[in-house]
Amino acid sequence: MTITPSTSRATDAPAPTGRPIIEMEDISISFPGVKALDSVSFRMFPGEVHSLMGENGAGKSTLIKALTGVYSIDSGTMSLGGEPLVISGPAQAQAAGISTVYQEVNLLPNLSVAENIMLGREPRRLGAIDWRTMRDRAGELLARLHLDIDPGSQLSSHSLAVQQLVAIARATDIDAKVLILDEPTSSLDADEVSELFRVIRGLKDDGVAILFVSHFLDQVYEISDRLTVLRNGALVGEYLTREILRIELVHKMIGKELATLESLENKTRAAAVEGETEEVPYLKAVGLGRKGSVEPTDLVIHEGEVVGLAGLLGSGRTEIARLITGADRADSGELFVRGTKKRLRTPRVALRDRIAYSSEDRKREGIVEELSVRDNIVLALQADRGWFRRISKRRQDELANSYISALGIRPANPDALVRNLSGGNQQKVLLARWLAVAPRLLVLDEPTRGIDVGAKAEIQKLVSSLADEGMAVVFISAELEEVLRLSHRIAVMRDRRKVADLPNEDVTVGEIMGLIASGAEA
Amino acid sequence: MNRLTDLPKARLFWPIVTLVALLLLNAAVAPGFFAIRVQNGHLFGSLIDILRNGAPTLLVALGMTLVIATRGIDLSVGAVVAISGALACTIIADSPDPGSVGTVLAAVSVALLFSLVLGAWNGLLVAVFGIQPIIATLILMTAGRGIAMLITEGQIITITSAPFKVIGAGHWFGLPASIVIAGGMFALAALLTRKTALGLLIESVGINPVASRLAGVRSRGIIWVVYVFSALCAGIAGLMIASNVTAADANSAGLYIEMDAILAVVIGGTSLAGGRYSLTGTLIGAFIIQTLTTTVYTVGIAPSITLVFKALVVIAVCLLQSPVLQEKLRQRRSTTKAGALA
Repeated sequence: MTITPSTSRATDAPAPTGRPIIEMEDISISFPGVKALDSVSFRMFPGEVHSLMGENGAGKSTLIKALTGVYSIDSGTMSLGGEPLVISGPAQAQAAGISTVYQEVNLLPNLSVAENIMLGREPRRLGAIDWRTMRDRAGELLARLHLDIDPGSQLSSHSLAVQQLVAIARATDIDAKVLILDEPTSSLDADEVSELFRVIRGLKDDGVAILFVSHFLDQVYEISDRLTVLRNGALVGEYLTREILRIELVHKMIGKELATLESLENKTRAAAVEGETEEVPYLKAVGLGRKGSVEPTDLVIHEGEVVGLAGLLGSGRTEIARLITGADRADSGELFVRGTKKRLRTPRVALRDRIAYSSEDRKREGIVEELSVRDNIVLALQADRGWFRRISKRRQDELANSYISALGIRPANPDALVRNLSGGNQQKVLLARWLAVAPRLLVLDEPTRGIDVGAKAEIQKLVSSLADEGMAVVFISAELEEVLRLSHRIAVMRDRRKVADLPNEDVTVGEIMGLIASGAEA
Repeated sequence: MNRLTDLPKARLFWPIVTLVALLLLNAAVAPGFFAIRVQNGHLFGSLIDILRNGAPTLLVALGMTLVIATRGIDLSVGAVVAISGALACTIIADSPDPGSVGTVLAAVSVALLFSLVLGAWNGLLVAVFGIQPIIATLILMTAGRGIAMLITEGQIITITSAPFKVIGAGHWFGLPASIVIAGGMFALAALLTRKTALGLLIESVGINPVASRLAGVRSRGIIWVVYVFSALCAGIAGLMIASNVTAADANSAGLYIEMDAILAVVIGGTSLAGGRYSLTGTLIGAFIIQTLTTTVYTVGIAPSITLVFKALVVIAVCLLQSPVLQEKLRQRRSTTKAGALA
């Protein structure tokens, strides 16, 4: 079997009997400074699950938004069931039978299940809402998905998985021919995923064409019949899932080798063994805590060391990171930078001590959306210099261009608005901002969340080489494999306190999980 | 895609079109509208009048632009205008030698210093105590007129002082002094924001205050500075207005000037949501407002519908700049194009 990256999909994957319900031909969309989609073709068949694959920034969301009328296309044609399709808004897409369930469930938690399903289409009698019919109709839809819940119950009383299914029930009520599921499984556990997949298979049997997007390869292979791979806004190819090997798929998605990752792992482990010195740590926290946020905690970070913080959301991993970087004020304990006692009241004070904090909330606490890549990169450095010592335009360009090429920021245009960049590239811009101030301690809170395999590997590599150069790094991630791969030492947080602090020698994911779950003292 | 069709998307396209259209309308009704003549070495003409009369609004709008860029608003500018004029006139009227340059310099200095204090007060409320800007400046908006009344003791203070008269009605370098002053302040604001990093930091704070804080931006200081600058601009505008009529009227000086200033900023394309701002846009916006007033006189619009006429023009400019409407127009154009091709 040979699979060559190709823009002509007919050679890659034969069509099933029957005509495609959706055909998108040569779709192009550009934003200022970014070509988001470049002549991409895509098709969907009734009764098939079609996975859209690609890294962040590949153009998946843009393609979906073109199909659902959120973005208008610059060129290309679309057709639905053979008829030309011109969509000028989400409402029109819905009316045409294209329904979408987004990543974040956008329902109203304080309304009932039935109200959520029928919202905007409430059955009426004499001008007033016919509550009985509404409940019955919602009940039928839920029954079709084999979902046994009371339509009158409040939505927020159900699990996220059930809410997701309610969103699907709502989407299918609009007589959907095409159902788009954008990362529907990102917050579901294994049982919930299989429940969702059962519903998807049922819809598939009813002849609905389903577009499925997920970062989890296992799920893609389990549920989908057909794959389309995008990379950097261009079509790589369309394949039948059963005919493409995983390694081939990953290769097509990132377009480069994964070998770097494996060599990285061995190197980190080696460094961990020799990094046993008794020098003054760069940062030492003694009983540092904040009421309602994190219990008094001790933490030591040496230069040239990567300290991984493991724990669940809300375990105190982000909270302690905010205390050592001045993002939040500690109300107990002491903090020493290079042996000198300090009070880090604000991020500005911390930055003066060369401590930088990259927040987990990229959009709200990281990027400044409406500013250019250049402005975002120089922001922290300029803030440190104050208003009057402006960094010259030439120096700004030098800085921006050097980080753009060093970190592979795409598009490689310092004038592009950060808003128009993909998640992975926004994260790289943020890293560049912090690296520009030459920190001695860099605290990275979930720097790889929601970004693609390729960018993830690059960021991991960067973290490792920064530590090699003598920087102290605190690395927080919900992915334990990643924490294990990168850290010399791992601090495990649970219920707002540190429950373990161990060198990364022969530690397994299972052990860390055990610590997170049980909190055994180490 | 060619240059010409991209033009309407340029940020200042519609404000400039509006300004030019208004000026042409005036020229059509009043021949010689564009004529500028030289008399005693000074420039005179309708265009010069627009610039001269628009100077106070432009000044106030300049300060307002920077305040709005930080997600704020300054409602107190009208009150500061009144206080500044009242202080200067009272000092000059009470002095034994109202005509001396020294007296006028002292009066102007006191008035501007007090304006800075008022700006610092606004900045304190917003930046340190975190009071919403609209509420914080509303305090001074209402209290300020009272302060002006106290200063003038409820009287309209008229003065005779040749040096003071220069600020609002004199000439420098052949131009009305008020134009030179407003131009100077515009240049100062442009230099301050472009040649230092203040512009970048203001925009950053306006777009994302939380991210800016984490990046070590001293947003408190920046917010303080813009309110002080706004009050300084309003103070100078107050001197100009008082000088022009050689009187201080605590009740009516600068009345509703905050509305004109906010309108000028918005017409100039700076969003009230904060962030990206355009000083040039504000300049054009201020001239649109002033030209509108002039147009009302030249065209001879009945006073009873003057406000309606102004409102219609402002609504038109705002609509033309609305992203929603622009998108609709774009779609209509592309569908008619597609229809023509088919």
